[in-house]
Amino acid sequence: MIEQLPAIQLLLTLLAAPICSMLRNGDQSWRLATIVSWASVAIAGALLHQVWGGGNDISYHMGGWPPPWGIEVVVDELTAIVLLLVTLFGALVMTALRESLSTIMRHQRQSLYYTSFLLCMASLIGITLTGDAFNVFVFLEISSLATYTLIARGRDRRALTAAFRYLIMGTIGATFILIAIGFMYMLTGTLNMADLAERLPEHRDSRVLHASFAFFTVGIALKIALFPLHYWLPNAYTYAPKATTAFLAATATKVSLYVMIRFVFDVYGVEFSFQQMQLGTLLVPLSLAGILIASLTAIFQSDAKRLLAWSSVAQLGYMSLGVGLLNLNGLTASITHMFNHAMMKAGLFLALATMIYRVQSSQLTSLAGIGRTMPLTTGAFTVLGIGLIGVPFTAGFISKWYLITGALDKGWLPVAVLLIISSLMAIVYIGKMIDVMYFKPAPEEFSNVREAPMSMLIPCWIFALLTLYFGLDTRITAGLAGRVAANLLGAS
Amino acid sequence: MNHTLIYASFLTPLIGGALLLLLRKNENIRDAVSIITATALFGIVLCLYPTILAGNTPSVTLAEPIKGLGLTFTVEPLGLLFATVASGLWILTTIYAIGYMRGANEPNQSRFFLCFAISIAAAIGIAFAGNLLTLFVFYEMLTLATYPLVTHKGNEDARRGGKLYLGILMCTSIGLLLFAVLWTFQLSGTLDFRAGGILQGNVSPTVALILMTLFAFGTGKAALMPFHRWLPAAMVAPTPVSALLHAVAVVKAGVFTILKVVIYIFGIDLVAETGAGNIALWVATFTLVAASIIALTKDNLKARLAYSTVGQLSYVVVGAMLANAAGIVGAAMQIATHAMGKITLFFCAGAIYVATKKTEISDMRGLGYKMPFTFGAFFIGAVSIIGLPPMAGSWAKWHLMMGSIDASQWVIVAALLLSSLLNIAYLIPVAARAFYMSPEQTVNPGRAVIEEAPLFCVVPLCLTAAGCILLFIFGDALDHLIGLIPLTRAAP
Repeated sequence: MIEQLPAIQLLLTLLAAPICSMLRNGDQSWRLATIVSWASVAIAGALLHQVWGGGNDISYHMGGWPPPWGIEVVVDELTAIVLLLVTLFGALVMTALRESLSTIMRHQRQSLYYTSFLLCMASLIGITLTGDAFNVFVFLEISSLATYTLIARGRDRRALTAAFRYLIMGTIGATFILIAIGFMYMLTGTLNMADLAERLPEHRDSRVLHASFAFFTVGIALKIALFPLHYWLPNAYTYAPKATTAFLAATATKVSLYVMIRFVFDVYGVEFSFQQMQLGTLLVPLSLAGILIASLTAIFQSDAKRLLAWSSVAQLGYMSLGVGLLNLNGLTASITHMFNHAMMKAGLFLALATMIYRVQSSQLTSLAGIGRTMPLTTGAFTVLGIGLIGVPFTAGFISKWYLITGALDKGWLPVAVLLIISSLMAIVYIGKMIDVMYFKPAPEEFSNVREAPMSMLIPCWIFALLTLYFGLDTRITAGLAGRVAANLLGAS
Repeated sequence: MNHTLIYASFLTPLIGGALLLLLRKNENIRDAVSIITATALFGIVLCLYPTILAGNTPSVTLAEPIKGLGLTFTVEPLGLLFATVASGLWILTTIYAIGYMRGANEPNQSRFFLCFAISIAAAIGIAFAGNLLTLFVFYEMLTLATYPLVTHKGNEDARRGGKLYLGILMCTSIGLLLFAVLWTFQLSGTLDFRAGGILQGNVSPTVALILMTLFAFGTGKAALMPFHRWLPAAMVAPTPVSALLHAVAVVKAGVFTILKVVIYIFGIDLVAETGAGNIALWVATFTLVAASIIALTKDNLKARLAYSTVGQLSYVVVGAMLANAAGIVGAAMQIATHAMGKITLFFCAGAIYVATKKTEISDMRGLGYKMPFTFGAFFIGAVSIIGLPPMAGSWAKWHLMMGSIDASQWVIVAALLLSSLLNIAYLIPVAARAFYMSPEQTVNPGRAVIEEAPLFCVVPLCLTAAGCILLFIFGDALDHLIGLIPLTRAAP
C-alpha cells in the first residue's frame, strides 16, 4: 500500500473528477470533491514524511514497466513540497468553495464546476509527480483546459475574453514546450527525465538543443507569467469567479515554476542552462523589471482583485529572480517563496472572495469600512497582507530575507536595494487596501453586511495562522528548500 | 522566574487591551482595566530590577526561523530604563487620558485605549529586544499601532497628518534602517546586541560611516532633520497621545534604537576610533539648534513643544555619537529626564485645552491665575527641559557637556549652550505670559476664580512635575543603573 502512494495520489483526484460530473446534486459532488482533496493532502503529507531529510527519493514505475521504457514517477523533497502545496491549498479553497459558488451558480451546474476543479488539481499533481518529459506536456494541457473552464465560469462577461486570452497564451506556451521536448526526443530518443539528463550533455553544442532550450524558456516563461509575458494573468485572475482565483493564484504558476526548475536544473543541467545559455542574464533583469513595474501598477489599481493579481506578477518575479541568482540563498528563496507566496496569496484571494460574497463587488470603494462590518475576515486579510509585505516573523519575511541575502552574496548591492524598494511598494498597495477597509466610512448600502459564514471564515484564518506559523517555524519551508537547493546546485 | 517576567511584561498590555475591548460596554469598568493593566505592567518591570542590579542579563528566545536570527528578548540596563520610563508614565497617562477623553467628549474611546495598550506592548518589545531584527519588528509595530491614534479625530487634517506620519516613518525605517540591518548581518553574521559591539574588525572606516549614517537617518523616530516633519504633523492627535507617545514612547524608541546601535552593535570604541558617527553628530548638532529656532516662531503651544522635542532628541543622538562614557550617560539620562519634563508640558497643554479650549500661546495671557497648578507644573517642566538645577534635566545636560568637553568638540559645547539659551527663550515666556500679563478681558477684576481642568488631568501633571524634582534628588540611583551598561567587550 505504502509503495503505491504516488500512483494513488494521482489517480484519486483524476478518477474522482468524472464521478463528480455524474452526480447531479451540487452538494453531493462538493462533499465528494472535498473528501477526495483532503485525502490527497494526507497522501502528500505521507509522501513528504517518507522522503523527509533527503536521500530517500521514491521512484515508482507505472504499470511495473521499468524506465526508460515505462513511465516513471519520481518523488523527491521538492516534489513532495509542491504536492503538499497543491493539495493543501486546493483542499482549503475547495472547502470554502460551496458557499462562495452558491450565489453565482445554479445547483446542477455546480457539479461540473467541481469536476473541472478536480481535473485541474489532478493535472497539477500529475505535472509535479511525473518523471517523463512528455507527460509534463500532457498534464500541462489538461490543466490549461480545466483552467479555461474555471475562468470562463465567471459571472462577468469579460471573463470570457479573459479566458480566451489565456487560452491563446497558454496554448502558445504549451506548444513551445512541446516543441522543446520534441527536439530533445529527436536528439536522444528518450523522454525519461533522468535519462535525458544523462544523454543531453553530449549534445551540448548541438543547435537543436539550443533551439529546444530557447523554446522551453519562452514557453515556460509564458506559463509562469514572467514579465513581459504576463499579460494574460491580471485579467484571468480578476474575472475568474470568486474563490477559484485563490486556487489558481496559489497553484498554477507555482507548478509551472516547479517545471522550470526541474528542467533547467535537472534535465538541461545547471552548466548548460546558466553557463552556456546564460539563462541568468535573461532572468535577472526581466524579473527585476517585472517586480518593479508590476508593483507600481498594483499601487494604482482601484479593483482589489486586480491589485492582488498585479502583486502576483511582482511576487513571481521574486521567485524567478531567485533562480536567476544561481546561488544557495537565492534558490532557497525561490523554493521557499513558492510555498509561502502560494499560501499568502491564496489566503488573500480567499479573504477577498469572502468579502465579495457579501458586498458583490471587488471595487475598493465598495470594500470601504468593511473592517467594521466583517471584522474577522478583515483581520485575516490584514495578517496575510502583513505577511505578503514581508514583515519579520511572518512567512513572507523568510523568503525575502534569503533572496536579499542571495543578492548580497553575489555582491549585487543595487539588486538588494531594488528589492527593498519593491517591499516599500508592497507596503503602499497593501496599506492602501487596509486603510480603505478600516478607516474609510462604509457606503450606505453596505453598512449592514454581516460576517461571512464559518465555512469560508475558517479556511481564511487557517491561511492567516499558517502565515504566522511558517514565519516562526521554517523547517518545512526554508529548511527543506535549503537542502533541495544545495542538491540542485551540487548536481552540476 | 525571570523568563516569566519577560513574557509577562510583553503580554500584560496585550491581554489588558483584549480585556478592555471585551468590557467596552461599561466605560467605568473599561477604564479601570486600563489603569490596572498599566499598574501591573509597571510592577512587573520593577520586579526585573533585582536581577539587573545584580549584574545579570536574562534572555529568552521564542523562535529561531533563520539560523542565528531569532525572536529574542534580553533585559539589560538601558532597556530596563526605557521600559521603566514608558510603563511608569503609562499609568499617569492613562489616568490623564481618562479625564481628557471624557472631558473633551472624544468618540471611539475603546479603540483609543486598545491602540494605546498595543503601543505600550510594542515599546516594551523595543526595550527588551535581544537583537536588531526583533527591535525592528517592534519598531514597526509601534508605528502602525500609533497611526490610528494620530488620526483619531478622523477629519481631513488628521488624515493628512497621519499620512505624513506613516509615510516618513515607514519610508525611513524600511528604506534605510532595514537596509542597514541587512548590511550589518551581512558584515558580521549576527544581529545580537553584545557588549562591545559586533562590528569590531568587520568594517572599514568608510563602511562604518555609511552604516552609522544609515542607522541614524533610518531611525526616523529620532527625528533628525530632514526627517523630523512627522513629529509636528503627529500633533493633530489628542493630547494624551502626544504626551506619552510623542514625548515618551515613540520618540524615545527612536533615540533608544540609536543608543543601542552605538553601544551594542558598533561599540563606542569603534565609533570613537573610526569617526563613524561624524555625519550623524553634526546633523544632530544642527538639528538641536535649528529646531529650537523654529520652536521660537510657533504660536501653537503643541507645535512649539513638538519642535522642542525634535531639538531635545538630538541631544541624545549627540551624546551617543560622542562615543565616550560621559556622552552615553548623558544620552541615557536625557531619555529619562526629558521624558519626565516633556510629558509634564504636554499634560499642561492638554489641561489648558480641556479647561479653556485654547491652543495658541498668545491667547494664554493671565491664565496662570485661573489654573495655578497647571502653569506651576508647566514652569517646573520647562526648567527641567532647559536643564537648570534643581530639576532632573540638569543632570543630563551636565553629562552631555562633560562628554563634549572630553571629546574636545568645542563647537558642540557652544551649540549646547546656545540651545539652552534658546530653550529659555521659547519655554519660559509661556509661563511668564500666564502669570505676569493680565487677561485680555477681565470680567471680574477682583481675585481670579480657580477653574482648573478635571482632577483626572491635574493630578497626573502635578505628579510628573514632582517627578522632575525627585529625579534630580535621586539622580544618583539613575546614575548607578546607567553605570551598569557594559560599554566595552567583556574580558574573555
